Amino acid sequence: MEILSSFNYWAVIVLMMIGFYIIIANNNLLKKIIGINIFQTSIFIMFISMGKVIDGTAPILNEVNTLYSSPLPHVLILTAIVVGISTTALALAIIIRIYKAFGTIEDNIIKKKMK
Amino acid sequence: MISSNLPALQVVIPLLAAPLCIILHNRILAWLLTVLVTLTSLGISCALLNRVLIEDSITYAMGGWIAPWGIEYYIDKLTAYMLLIINAIAVLVSIGARESIENEVASDRVYLFYTTFLLNLTGLVGVIITGDAFNLFVFIEIASLSSYAIISLGKNKYSLYAALKYLIFGTIGASFILISVGLLYAVTGTLNIADMSQRLVYAENTSTITTAFVFFIIGVGIKAAIFPLHLWLPDSYTYSPSIVSAFLAGTTTKVFIYVLIRFIYSLYGYEYSFYIESFNYLLMFAACGAILYGSFQAIKQDSIKRLLAYSSISQIGYMILGLALITELGLAASLINIFNHAFIKTGLFLAVAVIIYFYKTDSIENLSGMAKTSPFTFILFLISGLSIIGVPLTSGFISKWYLIKASIDAGYWFFVLIIVFSSVLAIIYIGRIIESAYFKPERKSAYMCDESRGVPYLLFISLCIFTFVNIYFGIETTLNVDLAMKISNDLMSH
Repeated sequence: MEILSSFNYWAVIVLMMIGFYIIIANNNLLKKIIGINIFQTSIFIMFISMGKVIDGTAPILNEVNTLYSSPLPHVLILTAIVVGISTTALALAIIIRIYKAFGTIEDNIIKKKMK
Repeated sequence: MISSNLPALQVVIPLLAAPLCIILHNRILAWLLTVLVTLTSLGISCALLNRVLIEDSITYAMGGWIAPWGIEYYIDKLTAYMLLIINAIAVLVSIGARESIENEVASDRVYLFYTTFLLNLTGLVGVIITGDAFNLFVFIEIASLSSYAIISLGKNKYSLYAALKYLIFGTIGASFILISVGLLYAVTGTLNIADMSQRLVYAENTSTITTAFVFFIIGVGIKAAIFPLHLWLPDSYTYSPSIVSAFLAGTTTKVFIYVLIRFIYSLYGYEYSFYIESFNYLLMFAACGAILYGSFQAIKQDSIKRLLAYSSISQIGYMILGLALITELGLAASLINIFNHAFIKTGLFLAVAVIIYFYKTDSIENLSGMAKTSPFTFILFLISGLSIIGVPLTSGFISKWYLIKASIDAGYWFFVLIIVFSSVLAIIYIGRIIESAYFKPERKSAYMCDESRGVPYLLFISLCIFTFVNIYFGIETTLNVDLAMKISNDLMSH
């Protein structure tokens, strides 16, 4: 039950580790970027989970509901998603140019060519 | 009207000028605009410093939203000091940029250099000036994304790989900072740094706070290239265009050291960071590792740019060492070193820019005997090089002197040995360049002085100013040392 009550956070940790592992262990630059995306998504989930208040509703002012979830983490994550997308876009653009310059996007082959 | 909105203008002017460079689409106009904007920016930071010296601190509510809810810009002496350093370097680098960048970046992309340069300046200035934790993350990402782009502008195809490597490391670092901001928000319920620090005092010391602390340190450590987390730095400085290396070496890492200082002293409080978490021992270890590793690696390099990059890693070690001593003098030594090293290292990289402008190479082997064909460049290089070693009458001596004094005061004699030993190593790596350029016979090689390009006067002017600053602050130290002492006094008594 302990695990289930903080299920979101366990998901965050698992996703974060999967993403991190891909970044470190994978040779393919494109897959490293996918790893970064998974890593960042786990952080987004963490923020959103933090904003949830148990039994709280959407933060719209009315007479029935008095308990609201915090909307601020959602707003922050909107910004963070935009940042994440720009990072991915830039990374993909650089990878395309790497492919044109080196003819490969495998990390170890590029490292060999650099020596 | 203008004087009350100076903090906002500091960030907004370069931000608005960046897309304007794309619209102008002309490299001369874009360059003129960049110089104009950086000069204005420097003027604003001087005005801010002037005000802070009288009023102690300025808070500025962005868009009129009052502090805990809206984004606040917070300026105290430390902020103004850092703003001054970053803007001064931006002005000098942008003046010299035109002649060097036209040779090292494809001509249809030159205007994009100015765009990314201004965006990078926006990000760095924003990181320094903001008083809001999440806004800090956003500015860090603006600075980082533009620096990935600016590194990849180089004609050298390895610059692409260096940029991607930096991107992967940098994104992990920024994500760690984001995690830390999230955890701190969960504990305190606020994003304003001043508000957060007040609430942290009353918060229970739970594992959430510790975790946030660790994530932040590692994130900033990656960005500031603190020793075991420095892997992205040598490649990025080596393969990017020389002007870019000059600007990044002078600013990026220093700004993140500033973030570390802010975080330790203004947010968590140094009692928490150092006495409860015993973080200073980790910093000492990282500092000693950085100093020795950086110096030893620098000796082995053939490319001057890579050599200077490793020397930067060891200099970052000095800055961290000052912090780890937990004394007022140590912190001041660290701040003095940030100031001096920013100017020394940018000057050295600009000298390399001149060398590459003439010879198209930065390999020590290929430069043998070149001091005879271009004596002026190598004299300027030599002066900055002596400053890295720490020869008296140069600013490098002043920063080492205060660091040694601080180590002795704090009772760590061991660090004095390390500092002196690393100065000896610095003599070796700077000496190798000097030996090759001055004492080896001139070789008839493919790398001849290319006179046809004409003399890069503007580059020389900014290089001369850097050398002048270097010597001036080695002799007359009241300006920066007094300010650094005042800042460290403020931070420690906070």
